[in-house]
Amino acid sequence: MSDATTKAQGGMLGWIDARFPLTKMWNEHVGEYYAPKNFNFWYYFGSLALIVLVNQLLTGIWLTMNYNPSAEGAFASVEYIMRDVEWGWLIRYMHSTGASAFFVVVYLHMFRAMLYGSYQKPRELIWIFGMIIYLLLMAEAFMGYLLPWGQMSYWGAQVIISLFGAIPFVGEDLALWIRGDYNISGVTLNRFFALHVVALPLALVGLVVFHILALHEVGSNNPDGVDIKKVKGKDGKPKDGIPFHPYYTVKDTFGLGVFLIFFAAVVFFAPEMGGLFLEKPNFEPANPLQTPEHIAPVWYFTAFYSVLRAVPDKFGGVLAMGAAIFLLFLLPWIDRGKVRSIRYRGLGHKINLALFAFAFVVLSYLGLRAPSEVYFGLTVTLWAQIFTVVYFGFFAFLFVYTAFGFEKTKPVPERVTE
Amino acid sequence: MSQEGANKSRRRFLTGAVSVVGGVGAAYTAVPFLAYWNPSATTRAAGAPVEVDTSTLQPGQKVNITWRGQPVWVIRRSEAAVEALESVSDQLRDPDSAVASQQPAYAQNPHRSIDPEFLVLVPICTHLGCIPSFMPQAGSLDADWQGGFFCPCHGSKFDMAGRVYAGVPAPTNLVVPPYRMADNGLIVVGEDQEAA
Repeated sequence: MSDATTKAQGGMLGWIDARFPLTKMWNEHVGEYYAPKNFNFWYYFGSLALIVLVNQLLTGIWLTMNYNPSAEGAFASVEYIMRDVEWGWLIRYMHSTGASAFFVVVYLHMFRAMLYGSYQKPRELIWIFGMIIYLLLMAEAFMGYLLPWGQMSYWGAQVIISLFGAIPFVGEDLALWIRGDYNISGVTLNRFFALHVVALPLALVGLVVFHILALHEVGSNNPDGVDIKKVKGKDGKPKDGIPFHPYYTVKDTFGLGVFLIFFAAVVFFAPEMGGLFLEKPNFEPANPLQTPEHIAPVWYFTAFYSVLRAVPDKFGGVLAMGAAIFLLFLLPWIDRGKVRSIRYRGLGHKINLALFAFAFVVLSYLGLRAPSEVYFGLTVTLWAQIFTVVYFGFFAFLFVYTAFGFEKTKPVPERVTE
Repeated sequence: MSQEGANKSRRRFLTGAVSVVGGVGAAYTAVPFLAYWNPSATTRAAGAPVEVDTSTLQPGQKVNITWRGQPVWVIRRSEAAVEALESVSDQLRDPDSAVASQQPAYAQNPHRSIDPEFLVLVPICTHLGCIPSFMPQAGSLDADWQGGFFCPCHGSKFDMAGRVYAGVPAPTNLVVPPYRMADNGLIVVGEDQEAA
C-alpha cells in the first residue's frame, strides 16, 4: 500500500486500509479505473450480466429452502413453492425468467465483443474466460432445467445425455456414468442438483472474477477499437478515459433501471413467455415411459440444437454442434485482422458478421420447430443445413480475408471519435 | 526464486520427484471421486429380473413393464407381421442384427427374438433416447409401412423386429434386453436364456 493512501485516510477507513486493501481495490477497479469515454448502448450488458448473476444466486438460494431434490418429491415441491410458500411464485419466476435474461444479456454482450473486436489482442484471455463462463452457464441452465422434474425436464435431459452416447467406444459408459443409472432417475436428479447449486455457481463466480481482473489489467476496449492508453495527459491518465465511478456506475444504474422494467414485465405478465421460457409439457410430471410429442430445448440452446439436427449422422451431428461452440473459443486467432472495430473494417466483414448474427437467430428459431415443417417450400431440416453452412462460413471467410489481406479496412483514428 | 548458489540438479530432481509422487497420489485420489458417480449397489440391484405373463396376450397386443428403470415392451406379433419382416429387409441398415451390443446372441436372427411370435424390446430410440410410437398396422405411417416403430422426435423408423431403416437418424437397431422364455407363457426379462 502506498504511503499516500495511509496518510490520507484516518478513522474507520484508515483502520481497515491498514489491514485490508479496501481503498486500494476500490480505486483500482472502480474509483480510478479509467474506461474509454465513448461507451455506447452495447456496453450495458456486461454489468447487467453481473446483476442477473446476483439475482440467480439470491433467488436460487431461497428456492433450495423449499425444493426437494428427489424423483418422488421434486415436481410437487416446485408446485408447493408456487402455491403455498409466501411469495414463492415470485422468487421462482425471478429465477426462471433470470435464466432466460442471463442468456439475452450474455448473447448481446458477446455480440458487442464481435462488433468492436474486443476479443482481439491483447484481450484474448478475457474472451477465453468469457467463453468458459458461457459454457458453464449452458451446463448450469441445462442442469437447472431438470430440477422441476417435468416432462420437458426429463426428456430434454434424456436427449442431451444421449449425445454423449454418440462418442465412439466410451460413449455409452460415459452416459451411464453421468446418469448414475440405466435411465435418468432420481439419482441423476440429485447429482444435477448438487452441481447446479454448489459446484457450477462456485466456478462461475470465480471465472467472473478472472474475467474482470483480466479486463482491468489490459483496460476496456471501446466502439472505436482504439487504445486509450496511448494518449495520456500530464497526470498520467488517459485523455479519452473517465473514471468508472461515478461516470459508468451512473450510466449502468440507468441501464439497470430500463432492464428491470422489461424484466419485471416478463416476471409479472409473461413468466412462461408463451412456452418459450417455461415449456408447456413441463407442467406435467416426468414420465419415463412416454415422450412428449415434440421435444425442443429452451430457446437459448436451439441454435446449436439446429446444427445438431442438420447433420444426418448421430456422431457427426454431435461433432458439428461441438465445433459450433468450440470455434468461438478460437475467434481471437481465426480473426487475423489488425483493425478491431466494425466502424473501420471492410464491407465484406460487415456483411459476414451480419450474416453470422442472422444465421444464429434463424437457427435458434428453426431449433424450436419440428424437423418436417415447411417454410417457403423447404423443410426445417434443409433450412437448418443452409444456415449451418452460413454459420461455419463466417469463420472460414473471416480467416481467409484477414490472413491473406483481402480486407479493405479504413484508417483507425488516434483518439476516440465522440 | 534465486538460483544462485543452489545445487540446480538436486533441486530439479526434488521438484521432479515430488511432482511424480504427488501426481500419482492425486490420480489415485481422483478414483473414488469419479467412481462415486457410477450406478450404486442399490441401483444395480434394481436390475433384478421381471416376470411377464404372456398367456393372455393376443396377437398384435403389447405389455409395458419397467426393468432397471427402463421401459420394456413385450409384443405378441401376428403371423402376418412376422412374415412381413422378410419383405422390408432390403430397406434396413442392419437387417441381420450384426451390431452385437444391440441384442443377446439368441436374438440375433431375422425376428430378433427366441420365439418368432414374441418380441421383447427396450423402446428407447438409439438416436437420442425418445420413446418411439408403436404402429403395428400396415399402412398406418405411409402407404409402404409394414408396421413397426416410429420415433416422433427426429423421425427414425424401425420395423416390427426393432430393426432400424436406412436413411434415418438412429444409427442402430433398438435394444433387445436379456430375457428367457419360462413355462406357462411366462417371460423373464433380465435373465439370459440358457443355451439349448
